[in-house]
Amino acid sequence: MIEIANVTKVFGQGEAAFRALDGVSVTIDENEFFTLLGPSGCGKTTLLRTIAGFVDPTSGSVKLDGQSLLESPPYKRPVNTVFQSYALFPHMTVAQNIGFGLEMQGKPKSEVQETVAEMLELVRMTPMADRQTGQISGGQQQRVALARALAPRPKVLLLDEPLSALDFKLRKEMQLELKRLQSETGITFIFVTHDQEEALTMSDRIAVMSEGAIRQIGGPRDIYDHPAERFVADFIGDTNFLEVELLRTEGEEGRIRLASGAETTARALSGGVSAGTVTLAVRPEHADLADPAEALLPGTLAEVVYFGTDTHYHVDLEDGTRFVVRQQNTPAQVQRRAAGDRVGVTFAPGVGQVLRD
Amino acid sequence: MARGFDVRRQTGFNTIAICCFILLYAPIILIVVYSFNKGNSIAIWEGFSWRWYISAWDNEKVQAATIRSVVIAFWASMLSTFAAVLAALATTRTKPWRGQSFIFAMINQPLMVPEIVTAVSLLIVFASIKVATGYTGLGYLVIAHTAFCIPFAYMPIRARLQGMDLTLEQAASDLYATPWQTFRRVTLPQLTPGILAGAMLAFVISLDDVVITEFVKSAGQDTLPTYMLGQLRRVVTPEINAISTVLLAFSVLLVTGFFLLSRTRKQ
Amino acid sequence: MSDLAATRSRTERRNRWLLLLPALAILIFAAAGPLLIVLIYSFLTPGDYGGVVWKLSGEAWFNVFFERDFFTDTLGFADAHLSILWRSISLSLMTTVLAFLVGFPTAYFIATRPANSRDMWMLLIMIPFWTNLLIRTFAIMELIRNEGTINTVLLAIGIIDEPIQMLFTNASLLAGMVFVYLPLMILPVYAAMERFDFSLVEAAYDLYATRRKVLTKVIFPIVKPGVIAGSILVFVPCLGAYVTPRVLGGGKKLMLGNLIELQFGAGRNWPLGAALALTLLVIVTIALLFYVRVAGREGESNIG
Repeated sequence: MIEIANVTKVFGQGEAAFRALDGVSVTIDENEFFTLLGPSGCGKTTLLRTIAGFVDPTSGSVKLDGQSLLESPPYKRPVNTVFQSYALFPHMTVAQNIGFGLEMQGKPKSEVQETVAEMLELVRMTPMADRQTGQISGGQQQRVALARALAPRPKVLLLDEPLSALDFKLRKEMQLELKRLQSETGITFIFVTHDQEEALTMSDRIAVMSEGAIRQIGGPRDIYDHPAERFVADFIGDTNFLEVELLRTEGEEGRIRLASGAETTARALSGGVSAGTVTLAVRPEHADLADPAEALLPGTLAEVVYFGTDTHYHVDLEDGTRFVVRQQNTPAQVQRRAAGDRVGVTFAPGVGQVLRD
Repeated sequence: MARGFDVRRQTGFNTIAICCFILLYAPIILIVVYSFNKGNSIAIWEGFSWRWYISAWDNEKVQAATIRSVVIAFWASMLSTFAAVLAALATTRTKPWRGQSFIFAMINQPLMVPEIVTAVSLLIVFASIKVATGYTGLGYLVIAHTAFCIPFAYMPIRARLQGMDLTLEQAASDLYATPWQTFRRVTLPQLTPGILAGAMLAFVISLDDVVITEFVKSAGQDTLPTYMLGQLRRVVTPEINAISTVLLAFSVLLVTGFFLLSRTRKQ
Repeated sequence: MSDLAATRSRTERRNRWLLLLPALAILIFAAAGPLLIVLIYSFLTPGDYGGVVWKLSGEAWFNVFFERDFFTDTLGFADAHLSILWRSISLSLMTTVLAFLVGFPTAYFIATRPANSRDMWMLLIMIPFWTNLLIRTFAIMELIRNEGTINTVLLAIGIIDEPIQMLFTNASLLAGMVFVYLPLMILPVYAAMERFDFSLVEAAYDLYATRRKVLTKVIFPIVKPGVIAGSILVFVPCLGAYVTPRVLGGGKKLMLGNLIELQFGAGRNWPLGAALALTLLVIVTIALLFYVRVAGREGESNIG
């Protein structure tokens, strides 16, 4: 279990000081696939490097199984990293790369060989054992980097955007592979990415970061369906934002009145919001088009954009807000609506999310 | 574009360039050719012979000067490369620090100060030390050569270090290698071409030096270049050509080696 | 900063100075330190058989530029010194200009070769550069001396009846120094040209520029930093040249380097030699400072 408490990191001094991490606290359980998600410069890599030991935090504590890590240099921490550039040693073979960590730990030769063979098997690279690292493809380098970091059986594996250098198809493949490796080895994975889809498909839990702080922690569904604030809702997936009036909250359910005057219920985090004007987030695929008379929000269809798998309807609501509705295409479907039509937007009670800010 | 219009062509440039190459090589080639002359002249060709190589080989002064040159170049290149590796490690990949430009100025100083100035300053200092200690060995030449070889050894090593991927060392450290193990197993193997290149440059520079050696050497401490300089005052025989040719061949070999080493760096 | 970070940066600082120690010790002992001693010596009195007498005196510096007539005790400029100084500076400038006129087209030639053969051409420049300076000077000497190749050939074909005196003239010095220092011009100019983007030339032709205009308005301004660097690399060692004028000038056409040597040899005036050496150092420093300023300005204008 990794406990990170109040970690702050300031780079530079005075005017040029930059707060890369700002009081970050998070606890990561054993055997968890935990993802740090955020745009570049949000501090996710700095947090990862703090755990690895390449960054000394300005304040705060990092503990592994109750023991502080901060006093130890990187080579004494039982955590290993898969680097974004892989950082394979160019003057060693694949097998030598994988065995490096074990050798440094002073493991006997036979054990090193055994584990290397095991690891090669695990990442399906056995035939490549004696190749130089420059002679294998990007995807294979990625597997070697993984095997090298897993070989010493670290308590925690840190992955710094390991898939970003791969092409689309290979990336999809490796996502599944990583998930498999994690469940087979039972090692805690801390995964850094800026790719929301990657985070949603692979993670047990996700921490969304922005400007050096964690904005929300939760499971993929939780984060996607119930974003806590505007940043999270905006960063992950597409979202419609509506200005609404929160009338009252009961538990996690809030009664809201829309701009059109219609009333419905939405999810609201208890304690996070108080009655008054708030922002409501509604996912495009959670909304539907309807007869203007029966709909929650009447408006005019401004644009219809065809996407192959689905169609996006851009609706200009009466108060001027642009609202996007996404509908899946089916073979039977006939294109009935065109730009300029009077339409209405509707969504089921409880699908909207009242945001914290 | 008009047919055959070459955007890179500039009238007369190719002619000048070809002349330049001829100018650079013709005198050197003449030296080599006449080193095989049978006669005493360095201008009139009288037939092929190894005569002057044999006479240079048998010349005890040439033998002694050659050995001295090589001994000095060996120690100067070793010491300067060692110092340069350490200095390069200290000055690359760190945040800017106070005193940095001072260090650079110090290391590159032998490149900026005219050799004749360094030579007379060493003459003055070493003359006093010679009087004070009574020691007149090769040590003075070795230390003087080491000093002006440092920047030449430093440059390729530093270039190599700067081009090196910093994450490789982090990866080693992440995989339980102590700082020393990281240096031994990861940094040093990667640095080797740079170190070799630096040592080779230093060796050539030391071997070729005339001015500083001429001023620092004690009586009877001629190196090959100062021996040749002394000979040029007398009647010149093709023996000098023979010595020059051997030195030339050696330089060409080392420069080509250096060239190939820096090529592997690019890959 | 936390204690942890502070300790680490302290160790880092200590290690850095430990690593620098060997290089700095050698350089201070055998390069930078002795320069200070030279400064001190230039203010002492010459000893009778070389060396110095530890008596403070400004005589040496005075003698760099002036001389006292032995018989009439009148003051005059030290003509011998000044003419040597003038020869050093003018020959160095001429060498730089000639090296540019030959080196620029050559660097251009190499930069416009196909990428895979460029390195080979550069190797052809590198080889003479790393070849012993003395041997290269000797090669020129063999070429132009009275019994040398050129005169022998010309005599043999009957164009001349007696050898042309080429050795020991200013022209021979100039030719020798251009030959010796030419690679120092080509290397930096080529380095600048190798990065040059030839689509700029295409753009210029597209916008109606002629070949000469392309050269003067597009190519030259962009590679100018390389030309400036090359000029300094040629000019500075020319000023301090010792071997080339000694061999090709034959004791008749002295340059500063030889004048300095003379004071430590036959002249037996170490303080004057020290003062002359420092004069040379000052001229070189001025040239380098000029370069730093120009290069700095170029750098800024390139960014802006």
